[in-house]
Amino acid sequence: MSQFNGADGGFQFDLLERNERLKEKGYQVPVARKTGTTIVGLVFRDGVVLGADTRATSDTTVFDKNCEKIHYIAPNIYCCGAGTAADTENTTALVSSQLELHRLNSGRESRVTTALTLLKRMLFRYQGYVSAALVLGGVDFYGPHLYTVYPHGSTDRLPFVTMGSGSLAAMSVFESKYMDDMSREEAEKLVYEAISAGIYNDLGSGGNVDLCVITRGQTEYLRGYAKENERKFRKPQGYSFPIGTTSILSSRFERSFVPTPFVSDPENSSTMAVD
Amino acid sequence: MWKESSVVATMASLQRPDFMPYQNNGGTVVAIGGEDYCIVSATTRLGLGFAIPTRNVCRYSILNNRVVLATAGMFADTATLHKVIKARVKIYEEQQDKPFGLHSAAQLLSNTLYYRRFFPYYTFNVLGGLDEDGQGFVYGFDAIGSGEKVKVVCNGTGQALIQPILDNQVEKKQQYENKQITKLSLQEAVDLIKDVFTSAGERDIYTGDAIDICIITKEKGVLVETFQLKQD
Amino acid sequence: MQLVVDPVRHTTSPLVTGGSVIGIKCSDGVVIAADTLASYGSLARFQNFSRLLKVTDSCLLGGGGEISDFQEIQRLLENLTTQDFCFNDEHKKSPRSLHQYLGRVLYAQRSRLNPFWNSLIVGGYVQSQSFLGMVDLYGTTFESEVLASGFGVLLGLPLLRKAYRPDLTVQEGIKIVEEVYRVLFYRDARSINRIQVATATVDGVTISEPYSLETKWDFKGFVNPRSTYDESTW
Repeated sequence: MSQFNGADGGFQFDLLERNERLKEKGYQVPVARKTGTTIVGLVFRDGVVLGADTRATSDTTVFDKNCEKIHYIAPNIYCCGAGTAADTENTTALVSSQLELHRLNSGRESRVTTALTLLKRMLFRYQGYVSAALVLGGVDFYGPHLYTVYPHGSTDRLPFVTMGSGSLAAMSVFESKYMDDMSREEAEKLVYEAISAGIYNDLGSGGNVDLCVITRGQTEYLRGYAKENERKFRKPQGYSFPIGTTSILSSRFERSFVPTPFVSDPENSSTMAVD
Repeated sequence: MWKESSVVATMASLQRPDFMPYQNNGGTVVAIGGEDYCIVSATTRLGLGFAIPTRNVCRYSILNNRVVLATAGMFADTATLHKVIKARVKIYEEQQDKPFGLHSAAQLLSNTLYYRRFFPYYTFNVLGGLDEDGQGFVYGFDAIGSGEKVKVVCNGTGQALIQPILDNQVEKKQQYENKQITKLSLQEAVDLIKDVFTSAGERDIYTGDAIDICIITKEKGVLVETFQLKQD
Repeated sequence: MQLVVDPVRHTTSPLVTGGSVIGIKCSDGVVIAADTLASYGSLARFQNFSRLLKVTDSCLLGGGGEISDFQEIQRLLENLTTQDFCFNDEHKKSPRSLHQYLGRVLYAQRSRLNPFWNSLIVGGYVQSQSFLGMVDLYGTTFESEVLASGFGVLLGLPLLRKAYRPDLTVQEGIKIVEEVYRVLFYRDARSINRIQVATATVDGVTISEPYSLETKWDFKGFVNPRSTYDESTW
């Protein structure tokens, strides 16, 4: 029965106790990839603009220079994620899937508040251990909506929001330049400036600027809206390794793809060891 | 009762467990010693946590026209260490009326670092210059004065990214039968340094903004050039 | 014999603190600003406290962090300038040497594990040259065109870096730091919208009287954060 533990929804916690004991004995727990991030959202006259940088880090190392942090929720709803990459990706994907089913059942467009409720319920259930900090934006029947969702499940509705390690840098731009009823062009430019402030002033953020502009009946995902951080220099001569750089100690020729005989031995299968 | 200086470290650790006297400001330093030149280079970004308090600090000191010191790690310690070393070199040169040699500088640096064995300067040093024969050599040190005379070295936050490439390209490590081994020319070495720093800047968040490149030759002494890296 | 050592007790964490200090270098001088709040933990204890100091006729100091340590530093500087005065040789400490001096003092204190819990910004204008430098509680010293301490590093530096031009005038510089303090007031909980701005120019050092900044809180989205039908339909 235990192999069906996951089937009733939620995570499996079978190994939690074992892992705690291993931790006590000094076993190093592997670190998850975090997206030290700048993500923002802004409401303008006809909709919302979401923005994100594209750097994913693990400690002080850049893991991915061009990752996607603006996740699809529904055709009219997108969501930026900061925190642990796996958590943001899976949480948004899960909610996206639930909304898809809901749309198929109801035959109606998804509403932002529905996505919000699903997200906050999910995150509250896991008491902050699912570390996803989100900026949720979209346009539905009732107009444009913009929310932030914190890892513990609290939410906030504001005309302009920022999240992630670069949130202060981005917020400084919003606080000094936000206006009511901005045009789409003004909004795009301001979001670009806010993300840029994060990219250049926060070490956890970097790379390109991605935007997502959602208006009634139309969504434009502007991947690579600005690419100001391409590599600038390469050694003119490049690097060449002539044949013979790696010595051949011995050579031997064999037929490839020799089928290995499959030996079924259930008696001994339990002796398989994991180092 | 107690002389303050003799017990400062032990007493203090009892007194203020919550004040950590160290800070990591990141930074990467590279030095290459060639046949008739030496290059010492250092990044200029001052990092602190996820912030960049400033993009332009000087992590190198020109000790004289043949020896340059560059340091990564905690910037307050770096500045202090450089002040100490420069003063000692100055005093020596005034009193002895002769230039302070590269190997002497290495010994001085090692002693200065080891003197603070139990309250170290949180610094990762490279020292580069020309020896008596005009040949380029470099030294790499850990924070408490263990050092080694080598041809090429990298220290600091980008070390793990840069050192393997330098070993391969300068010392031709892992190139067992490369018959075309040639010594790097000065220009090739400068290009290599620019390239490895650019690469480290792509992946190490504490390496960026710019590098200072000090080129030491017998004819021209020390020339300093600045090369821009990415600012993100 | 039992050795009884009553450990010397230092302040283990700052008590009365000042927030961010901001500095910007201009072509015709330098601008340093600070708000006038001295907090006692999360209590806004002293709301009209000056954290800016005139050190010499050409040199300014702004301080954040522990206020008592800042006042001790003030006393050290007064001794220093009094000595200069007594020598009566027309010599005055330059902003750069004062910056280095403070760097050594703070580094020495941190090395005794009894730091002066401050971030200091030194500004000056000597021989048509602007100077702007910073010292932190570890004794880290550096110079830059724009500087910020405390929360200002996170919220102020992005704006300062964007606004900076080498040909800025002091008047423009003042406008920029006012904008930075407005943003800090919006988002830094240990700040106040009452600031002082100090300048060092060819005319010497001036420190303004404290004044309040205009703020705006009536964006539509703030006044009416919920749209009419903003309720879950589940």
